[in-house]
Amino acid sequence: MSSALFYAWVGVVLCGLGLFGFILHRHLMRRLLAFNIMGSGSFMILVGLAQDGRGADPVPQALVLTGIVVAVASTALALVILRRWYRVSGESRLPEDV
Amino acid sequence: MSVALPLPWLIVVPLGGAMASFLVPERWRVRLGLAVLPVMWLVTLAVLGDLAAHGVQVHALGGWSAPLGITLLADGLALGMVALTTLVFSLCAVHAASHAAEKGHNGEIGFLWPLLWFLVAALNSIWLSADIFNLYVGLELLGLTAVGLVALTGSAEALAAAMRYLLAALLGSLCYLLGVALLYAAGGSLALGDLGTIAGSGATARVALALMTLGLILKTALFPLHAWLPPAHGGALAPVSALLSALVVKASLYILIRLWLALDPDVATAAAANLLGALGAGAVLWGGWMAWRQTKLKYLVAYSTVAQIGYLFLFFPLVTGTSTIAGGLAWDGTLLMLISHALAKAGMFLAAGNLVLAMGSPLIADLSGISRFRPLSLFSFGLAGVSLMGLPPSGGFTAKWLLLQSALHSGQWWWVVVLIVGGLLSAAYVFKVLRHSFVEGPKRDHFNSPPMAMELAALALAAAGMGVGLAAQSPLTWMRIGSPFGVGG
Amino acid sequence: MALNTWLPLIVVATSLFAALGIFLLREERHTLRSAFNLSAAAIKLGLVIWMAIGVLDQVRYETRYTLIDGVSFILRADPLGIMFAGLSSVLWLFTTIYAIGYLENAPNRSRFFGFFSLCVASTVGIALAGNLFTFFLFYELLTLSTYPLVVHRGTAKSLRAGKIYLAYTLGGGAVLLLGVAALHTLVGDVEFSAGAGLRVLDPALHPMLVVIFVMLIMGLGVKAALLPLHGWLPTAMVAPAPVSALLHAVAVVKAGAFGIVRVVYDVFGIEFAWQLGLLAPLAVLASATILYGSLRALAQTDLKRRLAYSTVSQVSYIVLGTALFGPVGTVGGLVHLLHQGLMKITLFFCAGNYAETLGVHRIDELDGAGRRMPATSVAFTLGAFGMIGVPPLAGFVTKWYLGIGALQAGMEWVVAVLVLSSVLNAAYFLPVLHRIWFRPQRAPWPDEHFHAHRDTHPWLLLPTLATAAMSLAAGVLAGMPFSPLYWAEVVVHQSYLP
Repeated sequence: MSSALFYAWVGVVLCGLGLFGFILHRHLMRRLLAFNIMGSGSFMILVGLAQDGRGADPVPQALVLTGIVVAVASTALALVILRRWYRVSGESRLPEDV
Repeated sequence: MSVALPLPWLIVVPLGGAMASFLVPERWRVRLGLAVLPVMWLVTLAVLGDLAAHGVQVHALGGWSAPLGITLLADGLALGMVALTTLVFSLCAVHAASHAAEKGHNGEIGFLWPLLWFLVAALNSIWLSADIFNLYVGLELLGLTAVGLVALTGSAEALAAAMRYLLAALLGSLCYLLGVALLYAAGGSLALGDLGTIAGSGATARVALALMTLGLILKTALFPLHAWLPPAHGGALAPVSALLSALVVKASLYILIRLWLALDPDVATAAAANLLGALGAGAVLWGGWMAWRQTKLKYLVAYSTVAQIGYLFLFFPLVTGTSTIAGGLAWDGTLLMLISHALAKAGMFLAAGNLVLAMGSPLIADLSGISRFRPLSLFSFGLAGVSLMGLPPSGGFTAKWLLLQSALHSGQWWWVVVLIVGGLLSAAYVFKVLRHSFVEGPKRDHFNSPPMAMELAALALAAAGMGVGLAAQSPLTWMRIGSPFGVGG
Repeated sequence: MALNTWLPLIVVATSLFAALGIFLLREERHTLRSAFNLSAAAIKLGLVIWMAIGVLDQVRYETRYTLIDGVSFILRADPLGIMFAGLSSVLWLFTTIYAIGYLENAPNRSRFFGFFSLCVASTVGIALAGNLFTFFLFYELLTLSTYPLVVHRGTAKSLRAGKIYLAYTLGGGAVLLLGVAALHTLVGDVEFSAGAGLRVLDPALHPMLVVIFVMLIMGLGVKAALLPLHGWLPTAMVAPAPVSALLHAVAVVKAGAFGIVRVVYDVFGIEFAWQLGLLAPLAVLASATILYGSLRALAQTDLKRRLAYSTVSQVSYIVLGTALFGPVGTVGGLVHLLHQGLMKITLFFCAGNYAETLGVHRIDELDGAGRRMPATSVAFTLGAFGMIGVPPLAGFVTKWYLGIGALQAGMEWVVAVLVLSSVLNAAYFLPVLHRIWFRPQRAPWPDEHFHAHRDTHPWLLLPTLATAAMSLAAGVLAGMPFSPLYWAEVVVHQSYLP
């Protein structure tokens, strides 16, 4: 197994873990963290899988950079809404999960 | 590749509008918004003129072509969606502006305008993108903006709805991104046009398509993944709900359609298409039933969106492995359904917003007597309802007729049943609203009166939803340009 | 020539624009609205007469527009269409006059007259539709535009009636859509052309055509109130009198009956329909409806409900005439389209007059009404005698032609149905007439108005007398040019006996 493929498999595992956490947890902060783990996993798949056997490829690197920016923005927005929600309702879960 | 090419301006103008709107003081945002609208129209018309004169346009941003650069593709479908966006957005903007003039601003509502402009930029970038990664960026920008718009009112209900929406949107995008990763690994290209040849028919392509489809139907709120939609669309401000239901959910569907048409039929199999159709049928029935059971007006309209999305998914079984005639009819029918639903639903949400404003209550039961005081808004609601029910002479009817023909031509009569029963269900919920408004109960005469422009915006959208049924030929001919179903360009 | 291609559209558009104008007028502009309404009705009538004369001279009036590839929107004036359009525009004029009087001081008049005009626009659209698709377009528009009229009063009872009405008509519309779409898949755009497109189909498809025929008749039968599908009609009686008059005499039930005529003659073609063996079951269904409606009418104590069941019965005469294979039976069915319209609208106007002037709704309250309201009662008597088929009134002409047509078609049992139905008609109308004319007034009228008038308000009385006179003339002057009978014969000659 090439190192690139190894990274991709680690990405798959991370994605699975993240998805598991995303579905299992009710606390919004934990779900957000789980989502970030999933995101990192998918970035590793993106870079790892594309470079497997083909050598270094700048395209997935550029994509992942963009992806990271998007993920940061999403996380920031989620945190803002989470804080507001906590302030308004005093809850850290969604109404249907309380 | 000169600057004179209008294509990038479809994205640049609203992005600039968003930035400028964010920077200027709040009291100028409405005026700024209204000032940028005519520019949007100019660019839209210029691009449409280009399509008419030169056919399909391809533009590589900054002269960088694929795979590193970003390519914009303007075929009939893309520009049809652009024109629809400009039209619906303009009327929603008029509605929002006259509401603001009435109420003044308070708190976060001030962010409405920058977000609205970001929404348009995101939508246009999705319509025009020709590669799957750029579509991902568009989807994310759209999702984040839409979530911001839902959260705008700041109430607990809105925040919960926004949070739920955000989680769904993030999960959906990640699924989509994983699919992109697999497709790129398999083929080394991101361009939509290369997918069919490069991705081949291997297992990788299938897994990728499955992941992307899953992510996209989650964002489109296809039954049974629709739970996030009603609170988000039902709880937002009226023009926001209108834009979300009319355009935003369509964006992910649009990507899905592009993907399915680009991929090899061995990857996008008939079984998978039938599964999507079955989910669509479930959406039509469940959404219609839930809409009928709602007690809040805007939630009823939101569930109606869940139902109407279902019709659009009948596209997949009707084009996969069927004859050219059936496929062409399904293409026309689906696009017309998409357009007329966008117009009618936007009109209906604006009208519902006006009615809620007039009643001072979100409940359908409080509509009693409103037919005398706000006949125009009620009339718009009814007009939009006719299109949703698929009764003639409306866009919804002509679309349904085309889908019926397509289903009969391909011998898939079970979709005919779905179309007919779905129409009856939507009649049930639309007439539920009308029935309540005709009740001559205890005399009530303290309805609020929203400004005339708000009522006219709703009426214009609802009337456009009707008119597109009678004038369907030319938009459909336009949207066939550059499509697999194009008849002579 | 250019005008001729636009005229059918203009005729439909007159009431469409009237509707639009009325919606835009403010509620309290009563005089302006009435003037607008009446002039639109008069213009429409004038245009229809103009086209009628042209049609006799073989002038072609046709508006055609491609809606989407393979589907056209066609409005065309053929003799049959003009016949129905003429009936609708004549009765629209009178009903408008009546409604202006009837709704004096009532709320929501703007909404009422707006949808009323929309309803007439759809009826004329149905009449002039040149293919099945356009017919369906206006057929569904009619459902939509009559709903607000049925629930107009906004009471719990009328809302319930509206719900039942919608359940029936939208359900029927869905079945009709299925039939229309299926037929479209087989033969493409279904223009009304005496079954030209269907005859040439592969005989293997004939069972499919039978299924389609059944679907079309089911869809149309809801509005025509054919036997198991008639349930909405008596409940819709809660609507204001002009609406009942229009629903029952012209717009809704006739749209269904007219549609059946179109399907049998112009979609399938009478000969082809006969070859497929579709006509005999249709005749049986119509006969059953005729007898069932009459029997139920006997049991009603409410005047309007009795008239409603009478409508159920009488509309099926049209269907029966259609189902008789032969020109004479056709004439009988077609002429009843006009006759029944004139007679039934007279009867409903009278019922409205009794209700508005005396507050009388039940039949046993009518004792002595003839003395208080002689003119209305004469009109009612004319209508009732016409329905029974007393010579030389309009109903007699119908029954005569239907009888001869039945004999020609070899369906002798139909004559028995006609006789039995006439007996039943007499049984439910004569006691009413007896009460009106020969019983003394028993008690003070429940809710008397218009004390100053000898009979009732002139806006209510004049249309009543006019339609009564026309139904009398239709029978007495049946042999004259431009009588309903004359026109029915023109239709049969021009369209069906090449």
